[in-house]
Amino acid sequence: MKNRFEKIVFYAIVTVIIFYAVFPFYWAIVTSLKSGSSLFNVELFPTNPSLRNYIELFSEESFIQSLVNSVVVSGLTVILSLVIALLSSFSLARVRFRGRALILMTILSVSMFPQIAVLSGMFELIRYLNLYNSLAGLTFCYLCLVLPFTVWVLRGFLQALPKELEEAAILDGCGPLKMLWKVFLPLAKPAIATTGLLAFIAAWNEFLFALTFTLSSDKRTVPVAIAMLSGSSQYELPWGHIMAASVVVTLPLVLLVLICQRQIVSGLTSGAVKG
Amino acid sequence: MASVVLQNVAKRFGKTEIISKLSVRMESDQLTVLVGPSGCGKSTLLRMIAGLETPSEGDVIIAGERVNDVPPFKRGVSMVFQSYALYPHMTVYENLRFGLTSLKIPKDQAEARIQKAADVLGLVPYLQRKPKQLSGGQRQRVAMGRALVRNPKVFLFDEPLSNLDASLRTKMRIEIARLRQSMGATAVYVTHDQVEAMTLADKIVVLRAGQIEQQGTPLDVYHRPANKFVAGFLGSPSMNFIPVSFMDGSDKPLLGLPGGAKLGLGGNLSSIEDRDNWEVGLRPEHFTLDPNAPLKIRGKIYAVERLGDQSLVHVNVDGNGKAPSAQIVARLNGNTEADSDNEIELGFDTRNCHLFASSGSLVAAPLEVR
Repeated sequence: MKNRFEKIVFYAIVTVIIFYAVFPFYWAIVTSLKSGSSLFNVELFPTNPSLRNYIELFSEESFIQSLVNSVVVSGLTVILSLVIALLSSFSLARVRFRGRALILMTILSVSMFPQIAVLSGMFELIRYLNLYNSLAGLTFCYLCLVLPFTVWVLRGFLQALPKELEEAAILDGCGPLKMLWKVFLPLAKPAIATTGLLAFIAAWNEFLFALTFTLSSDKRTVPVAIAMLSGSSQYELPWGHIMAASVVVTLPLVLLVLICQRQIVSGLTSGAVKG
Repeated sequence: MASVVLQNVAKRFGKTEIISKLSVRMESDQLTVLVGPSGCGKSTLLRMIAGLETPSEGDVIIAGERVNDVPPFKRGVSMVFQSYALYPHMTVYENLRFGLTSLKIPKDQAEARIQKAADVLGLVPYLQRKPKQLSGGQRQRVAMGRALVRNPKVFLFDEPLSNLDASLRTKMRIEIARLRQSMGATAVYVTHDQVEAMTLADKIVVLRAGQIEQQGTPLDVYHRPANKFVAGFLGSPSMNFIPVSFMDGSDKPLLGLPGGAKLGLGGNLSSIEDRDNWEVGLRPEHFTLDPNAPLKIRGKIYAVERLGDQSLVHVNVDGNGKAPSAQIVARLNGNTEADSDNEIELGFDTRNCHLFASSGSLVAAPLEVR
């Protein structure tokens, strides 16, 4: 920052960016605290803030159920994808075998398909496996969405770990599983935190598959449930409830990012290898 | 404790042959140093002993047993890596402990071993620290401790000191030597540094391009090099190679050195056809300013490096018609009055001369004089 002018410009741009990113969420919070006709007043702070929307939202059983569904599906997706991704990226990163490049390219190219293109094929698969309208079916779909990038990120990370660490572990009597569990896993914690978080966000926010592959209200996840919220008449959208639901749905993600931020930022420990 | 024998070992990576049909024996309770320039295959040999590489041909025999098919862990070897390879997320104590769990050592024995190693290596105050909180020398000692606690039959060192700065290297070298004395175990040490090789070895094996050039005790290999490569590799500054030419003489050929000296050669040289590019090797410390030296070589000083305890005098010697000119380095007294642009006459003795033919093979050493 050479002079005051540059400083002012810099902070002005920062303010604009923060405003652009945060204001919609702020507006959602503000709207969720209003009710009735005051919903359509434009004001930065509600005149009569009340938690009525939240109370009404949670008194509906189906919303709580959809929250639980989202948690279950996203949680399972994260856990399963991390286990599968860790095991496969370990061998893709550190073992040379025939067809490795082919597998990697396949994984990469598969992830390039837009979701809508895969939808009909996925539908047939889900029906064939008898997983239609079930949480297991959704988890299965989300795994397909999430595995490509988790495998790629973890693979890149594991590949960067020094070969001598592996050799020292071999000489210390580690088989592949013990090596993964005791040597590489602790070192990969930042990468696991990042990929786990990204997987969770992807699964939590996913709408298309959740809408298509669930039928009954007790199997819906939260994004679909919000879309299904209807007001007292055909022409009325319950904005207050929708905003309240959106706030409730976004909060866990914000909290997770704040918690895992330390892990992601802490980075690799240096000192295993010289200097 | 255990000897290591490599028998007719060869290693190929695809079409490139790194090591071809090499046999070497490392005696038990001795520290054998594998030394050579980069790419000579010394690390590959070490890794074959460890089991991290499999030989394309040949046998690896540890303590009389063929271990080609034995996994590294079961061979009874420990390795100290060039980059230490400590587990960064574990404390020093856990690093030392890690290998012992796989060996199924009972807890109290393991504890005793770790304490003993920590005592010997001075690691006791650092046992609860993580590697990133240690200095380079401390990390190296942890790496050695990790090898020590496993009570291996053979210790393997893969250029352990190359990542340390010069003063630390000297200290750690002496520590390794001291440890060896107290442990008395078989050790194989790989390095490209000939000072480490000379000071630590019970036996040196000089390697080049996957072949053994010479093996023997350090002083043996230093004073009686088998060929030009070994002669030039050991010793710093390295041996001077002065080109010589054959002068037409009678039954015994005479070699003319640049600067005027003449050397007569004894022995039967009729078998050697190629008379071009012969060289006489003389180490820098074998030159004197003594006016009574049997042979002299004259030249002009172009640089003097004063190190305090010694001076390295760089001399340009003119050719005398047949013999081309040469540059030599002489090690003289620290207080020498020699200075740049002065003429100098250096004396030497044939006892210190090594004669090398054009192919680099040793013809005769020491030489006779006429």
